Amino acid sequence: MWKKYTPLLIFIILVVFLGVGLRLDPRKIPSPLIDKPIPVFSLLQVKDASRTLSSSDFNDDVSLLNVWASWCVSCREEHPILLDLAKKGVVNIYGLNYKDDRNDAVRWLDYFGDPYRASAHDLEGKVGIDFGVYGVPETFVIDSKGIIRYKHIGPVTEEVLNEIILPLINKLRNPMS
Amino acid sequence: MKLILVAGFVFFQAMLTGIVYADYAPQEFTNPEQKERYIDLIEDLRCLVCQNQSLADSNADLAQDLRQEVYEMVTSGDSNEDIIDYLVARYGDFVLYRPPFKSTTYLLWLGPFIFLLIGVLIVISILRRQKAVALDEEERRYAEQLLDEDHTGNKK
Repeated sequence: MWKKYTPLLIFIILVVFLGVGLRLDPRKIPSPLIDKPIPVFSLLQVKDASRTLSSSDFNDDVSLLNVWASWCVSCREEHPILLDLAKKGVVNIYGLNYKDDRNDAVRWLDYFGDPYRASAHDLEGKVGIDFGVYGVPETFVIDSKGIIRYKHIGPVTEEVLNEIILPLINKLRNPMS
Repeated sequence: MKLILVAGFVFFQAMLTGIVYADYAPQEFTNPEQKERYIDLIEDLRCLVCQNQSLADSNADLAQDLRQEVYEMVTSGDSNEDIIDYLVARYGDFVLYRPPFKSTTYLLWLGPFIFLLIGVLIVISILRRQKAVALDEEERRYAEQLLDEDHTGNKK
């Protein structure tokens, strides 16, 4: 009796597997840096080349590190969200300006607005490699001890912000609740 | 027909050249052993941006940077393990075209053998079932009778 339904059963199993496969995003590669301290770095700042931004600056509070570049089109997509976050003072946002011309970067910030407390100028992309950057924009959530807790690849959307990043920031600030 | 063949040939050639002449960013080596290691490594490491290409094949910016990084490490005397560890620490096992055998990849490595085993079991069960259809005496006699006749039904 059940033999009649075997092809249907196989078909349903196939559809389920293919359906799951379609939903996976092969561009989202899990980062081995999660729950590890941020790589040690010290770079000159984009706007003020006499000052540096370094890994030790991430030790006072939960912060975001956003990897951006003036040549990166999808960075413009997430930019209003970062500006809004900065305006509300929810969290410190630092930038890693990845393989960019300093003048272009400064002009980009002047034009679109600057949500960053500071941006590090990574002209050669070496620090980017240490952070495992492979697709700009990327956003790291870093706790007050300088440990990477989350990495988002691609532009930050309202959805990602409200469902993942903001709850995580709250949890990192109040581990008891 | 000839036209199709020629077109196919040209297309195939184009594909070949695409593969062979990807920007290899020729590097200077004083030591041929290092050059060989460098080429082996970049052919065996995956580009994160164009995920179906190796570092050697890819023209992506990141692939160029990583090739440069591998080059610098090879010429400064790092071992292949050091270089692979360095990249895995930053980009994960994903950079390896040969993923390591560990808990998350058991299914990947063992899957083919599991499916082979399932296939063998199915074949065995089918063969067993066929054996079960043995003829009894009466059927055997009828079969022999049929075999003795020619196609018009007359005895040979």
